[in-house]
Formats: sequence, C-alpha cells, structure tokens
Amino acid sequence: MAGYILKRLLSAIPVLLGITIIVFLIMALIPGDPATAILGSYATPENVEKLNRDLGLDKPLAQQYFIWLGNMLQGDFGTSFALNRPVLDEVLERFNATLVLAGTAFVLCSVIGIAAGVVSAANQFGAADKSITFVVLLGISIPSFFLGMMMILLFAVNLRWFPVSGMWPIFGERDIWALLRHLTMPAIALAVVATGVVARLSRSAMLEVLRQDFIRTARAKGVRESGVIWRHALRAAMVSIIPVLGIQAGFVLSGAVYIEIVFQWPGVGRMLVDAILRRDILLVQGGVVFVAACYVTFNIAVDVAQSLLDPRIKT
Amino acid sequence: MRGFFALLARNRLALGGLIVMGAVVLLALITPILPLADPNVTDTANRFKPPFSEGALLGTDHLGRDLLSRLLWGTRLSLAVGFAAAIVAATIGAAIGIIAGYYGGRTDNVIMRGVDMLMAFPYILLALAIVAALGPGLMNALIAVAAVNVPFFARNIRGITVGIAHKEFVDAAKLAGMSDARIILTEVLPNVIPVIVIAMSTTVGWMILETAGLSFLGLGSQPPQADLGSMLGEARSALITNPHTSIVPGVMILIIVMAINLLGDGVRDALDPRLKSGALSRPMAATLVKRDTVPEANGSTALLELDGLKTEFQVKDRIYKAVGGVSLQVSAGECLGIIGESGSGKSVTALSVMGLVASPPGVITGGAVRYEGEDIVGAPYEVLRSMRGRKVAYIFQDPLATLHPLYRVGDQLIEAISAHHPIGKAEGRAKAIELLKSVRIPNAEDRIDNYPHEMSGGMRQRVGIAMALANDPDVIIADEPTTALDVTVQAQILSLLNDLRRSRGLAIVFITHDFGVVAQLCDRVAVMYAGRIVEEGPTEDILAAPRHPYTARLIACVPELGEGRRQLEAIPGLPPAVDRLPEGCAFAARCDKAQEACKMGEIALTRDGDRAVRCLYPEPAPRQEAAQ
Repeated sequence: MAGYILKRLLSAIPVLLGITIIVFLIMALIPGDPATAILGSYATPENVEKLNRDLGLDKPLAQQYFIWLGNMLQGDFGTSFALNRPVLDEVLERFNATLVLAGTAFVLCSVIGIAAGVVSAANQFGAADKSITFVVLLGISIPSFFLGMMMILLFAVNLRWFPVSGMWPIFGERDIWALLRHLTMPAIALAVVATGVVARLSRSAMLEVLRQDFIRTARAKGVRESGVIWRHALRAAMVSIIPVLGIQAGFVLSGAVYIEIVFQWPGVGRMLVDAILRRDILLVQGGVVFVAACYVTFNIAVDVAQSLLDPRIKT
Repeated sequence: MRGFFALLARNRLALGGLIVMGAVVLLALITPILPLADPNVTDTANRFKPPFSEGALLGTDHLGRDLLSRLLWGTRLSLAVGFAAAIVAATIGAAIGIIAGYYGGRTDNVIMRGVDMLMAFPYILLALAIVAALGPGLMNALIAVAAVNVPFFARNIRGITVGIAHKEFVDAAKLAGMSDARIILTEVLPNVIPVIVIAMSTTVGWMILETAGLSFLGLGSQPPQADLGSMLGEARSALITNPHTSIVPGVMILIIVMAINLLGDGVRDALDPRLKSGALSRPMAATLVKRDTVPEANGSTALLELDGLKTEFQVKDRIYKAVGGVSLQVSAGECLGIIGESGSGKSVTALSVMGLVASPPGVITGGAVRYEGEDIVGAPYEVLRSMRGRKVAYIFQDPLATLHPLYRVGDQLIEAISAHHPIGKAEGRAKAIELLKSVRIPNAEDRIDNYPHEMSGGMRQRVGIAMALANDPDVIIADEPTTALDVTVQAQILSLLNDLRRSRGLAIVFITHDFGVVAQLCDRVAVMYAGRIVEEGPTEDILAAPRHPYTARLIACVPELGEGRRQLEAIPGLPPAVDRLPEGCAFAARCDKAQEACKMGEIALTRDGDRAVRCLYPEPAPRQEAAQ
C-alpha cells in the first residue's frame, strides 16, 4: 500500500508541473506590463523599468518561469504588492478558513448525498424517491450565491438564528460554538449543489448494483433488506461513488469563492477575487497553484480510498 | 428522431422544461420590441420602488431603474452568453477530440495529456485565472467559461471518435483515397454531431450558471450593462433592506437552469435504451404476488411442493409467461432434476420458490409453493426471509458474479449464518472454516481470507455450496451450479453434492440443461419446455424410454463417448417466445410427429404410475407393454 501511495504521489509531479506552466502562461498573457498595473498609469517610466527588473520581468519567459518555480519550491511564493506581505503566509492563513468551510461542506454533501441517493434507489418510484428527486433537481439548479443570500434573509435577518456573516464574532469568545454558529449557513449553502450531484449519482449507481447477481445471493441467504441495501449494495456502489466524491471535493473547494463573498468568510477564494480585481499577480499565481496542488492531492486520496475499498485494484 | 420526440413528450417533466425554456427564449427574443422602460436610465428619486408599483411591475433597483426591463434585458444577455459559450466550447472541444481520436497514437497522447492537465484544475479556479489574465468583462467571462468546458467536450468526443475511426466505412474511405480532412468532415463528423448536441444540452445550464457566477463576482458584465449575475451582485448590498432586487434576478436564474436541467434529463433518458426496457428498475425484496385464486392444499406429504405455479414478466404491454403452471414435488433425501433448454423457465421456477424472481418485472400470478404443507407464496416478507437460507438454500451458476466481489469469502459465509442466528466473531470464523472444510477446500484456514477473485472457478463454487450449507437447510436448489466449470471440476462438485445429500438427508432440486449431469445425480427428472413440464418420471426410465418427442430429441443431442461418429441431432428451430405462446402444444412447430390436433386446445399432463407426459401421441411406455 505504501508503495502504491508513493507511486501515485510520483505520478502527480508532472501534473503539478503542468499546472504551474498553465498558471504561468495565463499570467504571461496579461496585456500590458504588470509593473504599470502595479504602479498605476501615473508611474514614471524609470520606476516601471526598475520594478520590471526587480520582478525579473525583463528576462526571457522560460527563464522567468524557472526562477518562479525554483523560488516556489523553496517556499518563496513572492510578496503581494497590495498587502505587502509574503504570498505564502497570506495564502496559508486564508486557506485554513477555506478548509474549515469546504471540509464541512464536503462531509455534509457526502453523507447527506449518499444517504439520499440510497433511500431514493431503495424506494424507486415511491414517494420518498419522488420527493428526493425533486429536491435534488432544485438543489442542482439554484446558484449557490443566490441560495446563500436567501438563507441570510430568512435565517439571519428574519429568524435571527445565525449571524449574518463572518467567521468569528467581532466581540466575544472565539470558541467552537461561535465557529459553528457562523459556519452553519455558509457550509450548507456551499454543500447544496454538491449534495444534489452526489445524491443523483448514488441513486443511479445503487440501481445499477441492485440488479447484480450477488444481491440476489445476499437475499437468498436470508440477509435482511436493510443489510442488502446498506451493506451489500452500497459497498459495491461506492466503487463508482468515490470518484465523484473526489470531483465534488474540488468543486466545494473552488466553489467556496461565491460563498466566501456572500458570507464575508475570510477564505482563499475571496482573497483571489480581490487579488484579481487589484491585479495582484503574484498573489493570484500563488493562490491558484496552491489550491490546484491541494486538489491534485485530493485526487490521490480518492485513488487510495478506492484501492482500499476494492481489493481487485492492483496496488 | 420522431420516436425520440415522442419519448420526450411522454416525459412530462422534460416537456415542462421545454415549454418553460421556450417561453424564456421567446421573451428574450422579443424583448427589444416590448414596450419596456429603458433598462439603463437611472431615476434616483424613484429608487427601490416595491414590486407592483405604478409604472414598475417588478419595482425599481438602487438607481431607480425599472427591474422588469432590466430583468428581460439581463436574461437576454445571460442566455446569449451561456449559449455562445456552449457553442464555442463544443466546437473547439469537438475539434480537439476528433483530431485526437482520429489520428490516435502520438497526437492523441500529447493532446489528451494536456486535456487531463486542464481537468486537474478545479474549473472555477481556472476560469478565475483566465479572467485575471484577460481582465474583467463579459466577453472575457465568456472566453473563460468556454475554455474551462473545452476539456469536457474534447474527452467525450474523443471517446466516440476512437470508436468510429476503426469502423469499416472509414477504412473504405481511406482506401478510396479520400483525404483525412474530407473523411473527418464527411464520415466522422456526421456521426459525432448527435453526441455533441446531447453534451451541449446537459452542460448549457452549467455554463449559464458559471457566467452568472463570474458576473456576480464583478468579473463578468460591467455596468451599466447587466446580465442576471451582475444584477444579483449589485443588489447584494441592498439585500436586507430591499430583498426584491435580489430575488427577481435570482429566481430567473433558478427557473432557467431548472428548465434546462429538466430538459437535459429528458433528452438523456429518451436516448437511454435501458430505460425503455425497464432494465434500470430495482428488484424488490421479494417477488410481487398477484394471485386471483389460491389452490386448495391437496394433502401431499412432500417436503417441498409446487402446485400449478405461474410466474410472468410484465414488461410494458407485453406479458412473458416464463412459468405457465408448474407442479413438482420433492421429498427429504431426494434429488429432483429439472432439465430444459435456455429460456424454458427452469431458473424462474426455482427462483419463484423463495420469491427471488426480480420484480419488477416478475410477478407470481398463480399456484402455490408449499413447504411442509404451508403455502409460502404471498407469505409476509419476514416469514420468507427467515426461511431463505435456513430452510431452503440456493446455489447459483457463475460464482464470480454471485459472490460479493468486495467481501472476503469468510465474511460472506459468516454473514449467511448470522442472518439467522446471532454468532460471535471467533465462533463464526470457526464455523466458516468448518464449512469450507466440509466442501473439501484445502487450506481452509487461509482460504477464508481470500476475496472471490483470488479463487479458481471450482473453489468459488465450493464456497457457494458451503454458503448454502451454512444453516443446515432441508432443501437446496442448485441452479446450473456446474455449467461454468470444466468437466473434471464438474464431476467433483457433483459427487460432493451427492455425498452431502446422503449424509445430511438433503432434498436437492437440480437445474441443468445437461442430461449427463441428471443421469449422474438425480432420482427423478422433470423436463421443461416453454414454461411447462412436458414429461416427468424416474431418471433411469426416462433416459431408457422417453415418451415425449421433445425429451427424446433432447436425449439424442447428448454426445456419448465411444459411440464413434454418430450424427448428433440438433433440434431444428427455436423454442417459441413466451409472450406469444401458440395454442396447443408449444413444441408442435418443431416436432416431426405433430398432427393437427396438437395445435389446438389445452393438452393436459397425463399421469401414469410414476411417470407423466404432456403429449397427445406419446411414445408407448415400454413397461406397460411388457405387463400386457
């Protein structure tokens, strides 16, 4: 197993390199030169030239890339000019907040999505199936930012159950209860679409599995229907559900950007949008590479989980 | 194509989606000629007017602009951008996919590597990076949304193209000297266009959402121009004081995306052949029972008795009479063979006993199954469940498909026991090892931790038998247990079953299509044809002197060792389809002795001593002749 994990980690290296190349090239496409963007249009030509030299932008493109990559490998993602702070520090701090939000949403969408899909499949064409299918359709059709706004309106403004926004209270204890109160609405708003996708896929995966011969064997043994559904069918269906969970992990991680803006959550997505609007290029580059690298790691975790579940996969 | 639209129309939800979407598109198209206020004229004196106010049906926004007008113009813009992004993504993605799939080899490798790389990005992040580079703006948002969806199309279309590129008509075109470009345009493209359209119909909703998202973040359309996303983004600051300015564009996005999703689902379902055949419906825990009449108990003392059992498959408007009134009996220590060609209904008969026929579409429509005199057809599920595996156990064909692939065989054995008796971990394991030993599996202590795929076919079948024995049942129903095995293993399994029968006093119902196997194991045999028993009797007698012409032909099909080059007589023709059974004898069409009378009316199963036959002109019974 350790060998398999190592193999998968090694195979991620070219993907990560590819990601850095794509990010770098996209940023190199920026019309005009970044120094002017940073200094504004009133900057003197001398200052622009100096900054370009400082940023290494006067060198050939390939060389620029390798300098940037080399620095990143040493943990130096550069300095955000707008925040005047090392990019990595900012990204790590923001990423923590995103991880709390996206992690909670991921757990929610996995647990609720799979449970809904299983119940739906087990009662195919029944009342439970129809209502779940309808709610799921609604869930995957509603923009998460609109849902978030409506939740604020209803649960924070009208019912006053939850705070309107933020991650922590401005005054008062920063304990787990304060966090949970702030986390509930954004996590649910973020999880809704992913839950719908997981529920849909779980339903069809279960229907596929329930027709297999080994399900009939389980029934012939006298296994209770709950055992047939949750132990036999779900386990086999997980083989096709897990890859989708991997995709949803990436989705909640990057889809968090809308929720972070609606709920004023101090996460990496909001940081990126601000950085884009301020043309804070190093911060954008660093943030995107960091999040994409996390995403690749998620995918490896999915493969490992898959091989743990399915003994037929050669490790 | 017409059938497709008919199917789409039958799906009411999809039709609803189509109508709503059509209405929205129509509204967007006629927006310029509607008598609306200018969407961009500000009138701060009249800001935040509530809906249904004078002159502003949906109210006004924070700058006093008419919301209805802005909504319709915004919808127009959102739809245009969403569809444009879908078309751009589909065109570029399809081009990449076709080139990769058609040329294959190195080209394919390089392109698909790049595509995989792009797919390794969470797509919102990629879109953000692209907008970051190009700068905020609706056109740039369109480019970003199209770009992040290109890999999806490229990958799908490549898959289809690879299949087409190796078809005969493409080879023929190549031989005819057509250029690659021409082949792609005239041979490949027409075949992938339907796939492109379907992929577009399922993704255009996403693209509208994604563009709206970018605009919401302030990275898409720039003021004063507004699409639905930026309307929502601008309204957010007034969410608490004037929620209607947020609700109006938000609900519109919801309606559009939901309509598209409904339509997309409908398109996908209409094109999925498995939905038509009902192959995607889930089998229930026990077969459905719909009996008009329940036969009276006849005082038989058999352990297991089938009395006029009828099982049908009801698919759409067709009824397949898989089992058309089968009566059988088996006593303790006895082995009854059921023999017949594929599709003769023998497996369905066997599965009906414990309600294991997949339902839908299977329905038990008549007859009774009596266990120790008690009718168990239509018994409460819990009664049936507690009998399954404990009183009546099954052994199935092909143990690779019938054992759960993700559980160790030991755990599956222990589960068979614990389904009926609570059992401790260590005790269960010891019992499982004992069971494996009883079916002569060597190194049972190690084998217990194997997964099914780690075992040979013969070993897996032994596990299947061990599982059936787990609760010491009274009856074992073996459904072609040796068909998937090679001959030497088959012989071992048969002798194992035979020993178990003698040592444990088991009643065995053995289903097969092989008379050789029947001769080895069974005391009595019943021959099935088109869902009914056509002949029944002691195995030796039937083998020596079959009375039904079908039985005789079936026996003649068995090759025998040392018989030289005897002509093997295949039975001409095919069994009748059980949804269109002919009147009279079902075998008449293939029988060389058939008379006119054979094709009329019901032919009864005539009992004569320990033999029974369903034929108007049976072969004479040899023993009776001798008696006379």
